[in-house]
Amino acid sequence: MSKKITIEPVTRVEGHGKVTIKLNDAGEVTDSRLHIVEFRGFERFVQGRPYWEAPVLVQRLCGICPVSHHLAAAKALDVIVGAGTGDGLTAVGDKMRRLMHYGQFFQSHVLHFFHLSSPDFLFGFDGDPVTRNIIGVIQENRDLAIQGVMMRKYGQEVIKHTAGKKVHGTGAIPGGINKNLSIAERDILLNGADPLNADKMVEWSIGALEFFKGYHKANVKTVDGFANFPSNHLSLVREDGAFDIYNGVLRAVDTNGNRILNDVDCQDYDKYIEEEVRNWSYMKFPYLKSLGKEKGWYRVGPLARLNVCDFIPTPLAQKEFEEFKAYTHGKPNGMSLHYHWARLIEVLHSAEMIRDLLNDPDLQNDDLVVKGEKLYKGVGVIEAPRGTLFHHYEINKDDQITLANLIVSTTNNNQPMNTAVNLTAKSFMNGQKEITEGMMNAVEVAIRAYDPCLSCATHAMGQMPLEMTLINEKDEIIDRKNK
Amino acid sequence: MSKKVIATTSLAGCFGCHMSFLDIDERILDLVELVEFNKSPIDDIKVFTKPVDIGIIEGGCCNSENIEILKSFRENCKVLVSLGECAIMGGLPALRNGIPIEECLAEAYLDGPTVGENKEGILPNDPELPMLLDKVYPCHEIVKIDYFLPGCAPDADLIWNALVALVTGNEMDLPYEVIKFD
Repeated sequence: MSKKITIEPVTRVEGHGKVTIKLNDAGEVTDSRLHIVEFRGFERFVQGRPYWEAPVLVQRLCGICPVSHHLAAAKALDVIVGAGTGDGLTAVGDKMRRLMHYGQFFQSHVLHFFHLSSPDFLFGFDGDPVTRNIIGVIQENRDLAIQGVMMRKYGQEVIKHTAGKKVHGTGAIPGGINKNLSIAERDILLNGADPLNADKMVEWSIGALEFFKGYHKANVKTVDGFANFPSNHLSLVREDGAFDIYNGVLRAVDTNGNRILNDVDCQDYDKYIEEEVRNWSYMKFPYLKSLGKEKGWYRVGPLARLNVCDFIPTPLAQKEFEEFKAYTHGKPNGMSLHYHWARLIEVLHSAEMIRDLLNDPDLQNDDLVVKGEKLYKGVGVIEAPRGTLFHHYEINKDDQITLANLIVSTTNNNQPMNTAVNLTAKSFMNGQKEITEGMMNAVEVAIRAYDPCLSCATHAMGQMPLEMTLINEKDEIIDRKNK
Repeated sequence: MSKKVIATTSLAGCFGCHMSFLDIDERILDLVELVEFNKSPIDDIKVFTKPVDIGIIEGGCCNSENIEILKSFRENCKVLVSLGECAIMGGLPALRNGIPIEECLAEAYLDGPTVGENKEGILPNDPELPMLLDKVYPCHEIVKIDYFLPGCAPDADLIWNALVALVTGNEMDLPYEVIKFD
């Protein structure tokens, strides 16, 4: 390196993600790390709390997908109150929770696509950073921005009517739910004034998918070649192999599609999954025990879910799923930017499911809660928007929590995101003397494809704050930039 | 009238307050006519580029980085608003305040049921990671805060009404219905 540049940060950037990239004297990337810099200690401080507080306490991990934590905790507590391991609730209990969950998938995925990722596709990865954000989208493509805003609003309304409020609701309780859906609420969601109704959401979901497919067609090389690498994939599936984000068994496949975890019971998750601690990140690195640390890591989230399941049980999404699978001849898809494609298929599926559920008269039933014989341990596993989410609680005879173990979705994607960062850094930065803003955004685009919820936070508003440092072999800082 | 400048950040929070901010929904189209965003997670401005009229803080302070950012907001913003329970009183993360931080770390990285073999007792301690504070602190214990908007998360109407009042210089109209939560 003939040139040595240091750009000191005036402040540490807000947010919780940080990338460091090391270069050797020849200017080749030798190492890269995505650090997660926040720690809150939930597993310890919920100990001693009464168990029924868990669904409202632990969802405060994350304000972006609180419903996921709310439901995973409630499912674990269903086991503890003797309501079974997933299929023991009443019809209204099960379906209200599902409606809440699909509402969340819809709003979270829409937020990610429109508010966060669409600027990259509209303005280019190396577009002007001043306009490459949601405000730029509002100014440049008002119709697209309005669609994103209204679709997210619809998802949030579904959550409000099922959970009681839009952020950190209270709808799910151990053994069931605390309210059903009134006819009036159903009619608002099903037939609300344009555009806030179920049919319009299905229509707009197809439009969003077409938008991305058009982008893909015009940019095949970029979309297919960007951070493309083989991996294992993990997801919940229904017992018959159908796509299911609320309940089922755990399945994992390797890069060729062979089963490496064959539809196992979620209650036994700790027999199959372990986490590695590395000193440079607060986020642990999970892996399948049977394959070990080196080979056992896996992807989760939309791409993994479509790689793992056999079919999607709604007609429009199934048609899209078949096209998606055909693209890789039925083999698991390892292309990071195809996460967006998979995510939008899930948006369509969620819209279809919301519409179907709203038409289901079971939602007006009154038998809200089931209870049986108390147990002292319960595990709740669901698919959160970003991937498989594990909650595990144990209690004592006084109903206090004695143990809590949480493996959150983004943690499961820790190694894949690091791999994506490394590949992108090598492909964009090897041999470069200076880091350009476009190169840094390319690294972000790779991370962003995974829709990470870094400490449940920073990705939400369009730009994930990153600090990048380039270091040479003597550990001297060559360049440092904030974005 | 020139647009008022606003900035936002999330410290030790969950981003739920920012989500509730987004729940102003289509009013965001009016907002961009009314204000200009400076340093915020919604844009690429990472360093204050001009004096800011209103700074909005989500989350309390749990590490050294939170403190640095909060102080920089106080220096650069005329009016500072604590948004939500975590900024106002530490919120849920402050449940750790009665517990030694070592125990929280041990539970997460040494004793948890799915932690793999960790004989060397590796804990996250890289210099790239900010220092954890002994406790989670509310923002007003670190810097002066001018307004407090309660809720977990605060209602979108509360955020909207308060922000419009601050931007236009009118009195805040905050009925009970938008202040209560849960």
